[in-house]
Amino acid sequence: MTLSLYISGDTTARALGADALVAVLEVQAAAADVPLNIIRSGSRGAFWLEPMLEMDWQGKRIGIGELMASDAEGLLATLLDNPESHPNYLGEVAELPWFANQHRLTFARAGEGDPIDLNTYRALGGLQGLERALSLTPDAVVEEITDSGLRGRGGAAFPAGIKWRTVLGAEADQKYIVCNADEGDSGTFADRLLMESDPFQLLEGMAIAGIAVGATQGYIYLRSEYPRAQLMLNEAIDAARLAGVLGERVLGSDKSFDIEVRLGAGAYICGEETALLDSLEGKRGMVRAKPPLPALEGLFGKPTVVNNVLTLAAASTVLAEGAAAYQAHGTGRSRGTLTVQLAGNIARGGLIEVPYGISLREIVFDWGGGTRSGRPVRAIQVGGPLGAYLPEAQWDLPLDYEAFAQAGAMLGHGGVVVFDDTIDMAAQARFAMAFCVAESCGKCTPCRMGSIRGVEVIDKLVANPADTAQKILLEDLCDTMEHGSLCAMGGLTPSPVRSALRYFPEDFGLAAEAS
Amino acid sequence: MNDIRIEECISRYRDVPGGLLPMLHSIQHALGYVPADAVPAIATAINRSRAEVHGVLSFYHDFRETPPARHTVQICVSEACQANGADALKAHAEASLGVAVGHSSGGDVALEPVYCLGNCACGPSVRIGDAVHARVDADQFDALMAAMRQEA
Repeated sequence: MTLSLYISGDTTARALGADALVAVLEVQAAAADVPLNIIRSGSRGAFWLEPMLEMDWQGKRIGIGELMASDAEGLLATLLDNPESHPNYLGEVAELPWFANQHRLTFARAGEGDPIDLNTYRALGGLQGLERALSLTPDAVVEEITDSGLRGRGGAAFPAGIKWRTVLGAEADQKYIVCNADEGDSGTFADRLLMESDPFQLLEGMAIAGIAVGATQGYIYLRSEYPRAQLMLNEAIDAARLAGVLGERVLGSDKSFDIEVRLGAGAYICGEETALLDSLEGKRGMVRAKPPLPALEGLFGKPTVVNNVLTLAAASTVLAEGAAAYQAHGTGRSRGTLTVQLAGNIARGGLIEVPYGISLREIVFDWGGGTRSGRPVRAIQVGGPLGAYLPEAQWDLPLDYEAFAQAGAMLGHGGVVVFDDTIDMAAQARFAMAFCVAESCGKCTPCRMGSIRGVEVIDKLVANPADTAQKILLEDLCDTMEHGSLCAMGGLTPSPVRSALRYFPEDFGLAAEAS
Repeated sequence: MNDIRIEECISRYRDVPGGLLPMLHSIQHALGYVPADAVPAIATAINRSRAEVHGVLSFYHDFRETPPARHTVQICVSEACQANGADALKAHAEASLGVAVGHSSGGDVALEPVYCLGNCACGPSVRIGDAVHARVDADQFDALMAAMRQEA
């Protein structure tokens, strides 16, 4: 009988040695003449357990974690004989507290099977959303999205239904669906994980969006730092075309929709939707002034839905399960689930999908297990390079868009980067400005010049903290960038700078403020 | 312009809507860089000015206008990797290879900074070719360099 094993083929599992593990097992199987079928599934996101091996054993899907090829001597024999005897045996994967306490909607399929096998996708509930969308009027599909309360997952949290409604209502000979897969924020990898572990879900969501608003062409703008995701998406698109899910007559209907993957070229700013559109048009990725909204004049001047990977993927869940079911998850105006990416100096890093409203402390300590270095956590940066650094006093903030906004922070794309007590917050503030220097598109002065001056002022401040003029100048500069920049790049770069200055003044050689 | 491969890349993408980025990627994939003498031909083919094409070419970090080093090694310098010692790794890489990050002009190995490889739970991260390596410390970096040189 063939022994079937599941080992993730995603970037992180491979980076940790999953390919070497596969190679060792294949050698052992050949030597023992055991028929072996290794399915390169996607990762479930428990990166602290990768490379992880899963198999069906006595009616359960069991796992063995942190399996390095160098420790794999006799592994195949153990798996055949009794995998439970392996020292890294984890038990039933779904029962591990790390997974069992999550609320998986978008990532329910991730890690279950071959990500680019359409039959597996169907067997796990895929394509039900698209089938339902095809049975509804475009108006009803948009209504479902609106009623679900789905908000953009890229960071701005704009209601998806309103965007779709605008594009649906626009008259044009051609409309587009553009997926923003330029996941440039450090500390985020949810988009990548979805594209590598369950790419059909994104394709399905885009097709639903196309049917809803009357677009026939979709583009996935993918960052070039994600070669594995590019491969998986292209293979999934080929399979979907072959099966009639994409192309003319989607699932036998009279609608057509196709998708092309376009590669970025290493520019963070192209994650901003209007810069992304310029880049897709073959130009420099320069931010456009709004209005006109991309929903009315987007790609090539045509009405365009621009949504993040997770937003479009969630559309398939909304349509499959219905708006009410989706709406039932979450809290206040934050509906559905939140994908948190536990990153940086973290013991149990990876992706977790949880209800909104859970606290930062819970996820960093209960799920994340504190720092990997074992030292105390000092600062947590939430929401990417443009997000605030939060000190311990802020860790009880509930994770929802409004609570974070009120605290002067942002949830963004759900990236949580943990730093231990060796971090120099003045250096982090300087990095935020330097990053903006490197990545500003250059269109507006506050961002282009402000960031250069910002680096200089921070250097002067740190060199001579007694020079109070520098601190005033830095605050003033942050004001100018915040209020005068065209987009979030310049507008939010002050956020990490100010939070570092406010909560960690001692790192700048300053005394703590009374407030 | 003397390279038939450039012509092939141009003709493949000249009629694709917004095809300039795919075109530049394909030229760089074929030659390792986008030579200056390709710019006028591209501009003519897509009916844009040479300044516009040069503007696009120079805007994006990925594109290079000079031949690359024999090996290019990208080190993630973003926050999540900083939290795990990316700065120390960068210093080690620069010292052991004798090149500074971001200042390559040909040679044997070039070190490039990269802002995030999406491997943020297991940094510091290094990318060589299309392979990403996780939790890279000084010893592992040296081992990666040795393996990279042996493969070539």
